[in-house]
Amino acid sequence: MSRRARFVLFAISAVGAAGLLAWAFAGLPEFGDYQGRYGRIVAASAVPDRSATEAVAVTVFDYRALDTLGEEFILFVSVFGVLALLRIHRGERERGRAVGEGRRGPGPSESLRLAGRLLVAPVLLLGIYIVSHGHLTPGGGFQGGVVLGTAMFLLFLSAGYLAFKRVRPVSVVEAVEAGGAAGFALIGVGGLLLGAVFLENFISPGKSGLLTGGTIPLSNAAVGLEVAGALIMILSEFLDQRLLVRERSR
Amino acid sequence: MTALAYGVAAWLLVVGIAGVVTSRNLIHLVVCMSVVQASTYVLLLGIGYRSGAKAPVFADIPTGTRVVDPVVQALTLTDVVVEATVIALLLAIAVQAHKRFGTLDPDRLGAIRG
Repeated sequence: MSRRARFVLFAISAVGAAGLLAWAFAGLPEFGDYQGRYGRIVAASAVPDRSATEAVAVTVFDYRALDTLGEEFILFVSVFGVLALLRIHRGERERGRAVGEGRRGPGPSESLRLAGRLLVAPVLLLGIYIVSHGHLTPGGGFQGGVVLGTAMFLLFLSAGYLAFKRVRPVSVVEAVEAGGAAGFALIGVGGLLLGAVFLENFISPGKSGLLTGGTIPLSNAAVGLEVAGALIMILSEFLDQRLLVRERSR
Repeated sequence: MTALAYGVAAWLLVVGIAGVVTSRNLIHLVVCMSVVQASTYVLLLGIGYRSGAKAPVFADIPTGTRVVDPVVQALTLTDVVVEATVIALLLAIAVQAHKRFGTLDPDRLGAIRG
């Protein structure tokens, strides 16, 4: 379809869509006056029933944990999707490591090297903090996992591709990712065995301190590992494409 | 003020779709898709808002304080994760399209051959 024909088609459908959009927005609840019942029940029961102060984490990892399991597996499967799409195709060869390294051009500047190295440990610590306090303060496995994965990429920025490859053996990252995904599912099975239903919160929530919320901190840790593993796998797959794969010979 | 949050959501949706339609670069197209998806975050969070309410975290406020809806915030988290996976897959497809056709312009991509 030509560009012009596409714009004409878009203009016609946009008018229709704008009408539908206006109709839909007219039916929205008044801003600032949400009457949903579930949110109020969750907010009221998070602290007394689960000893967890973060109502969103209680929703995600306890009351709505089955959805989160599905969400986690979406991420897990998408890693395989990226791996399958970016695998070495016929007619491509993996460059020698030395060549790949040379293609990177001049190495990172001294300031980037220093800043990256200084930041790796604090960022790792921040990630662990965000994962482990997910049931108490804003954060959790998804957010903390991304921060943990970022620490690995600071290493890439400051030390270069080869050091990054050495610290990131693919099999270990794969095992961490799969272990995180399996861990969450196993917590669900634990609810089946020790409680009544799949993903039931079968650990007593406790009273105060870091280890409250029953299974919520465990689920947070499992998801944190899975997300960090998935992020490292996906981003390093793109890095491999840039640095290692030779263009198809024409 | 009432209409502003919903207006922002609608604006992001429209701008994102316009960007997708007029895009001349697959990477730009993927970024525009993420703008479309950002409108859903604003819409969800806007719907769950209660005037004068606090964030649903009881670490430093007493239980029973008026808070905004935690369920739509959990939905937004799901939304963000799904967006990240969709973008990773679309970018991987863009990399392969560039390898095969030597261009990122959607108009210049040929028919897909097996």
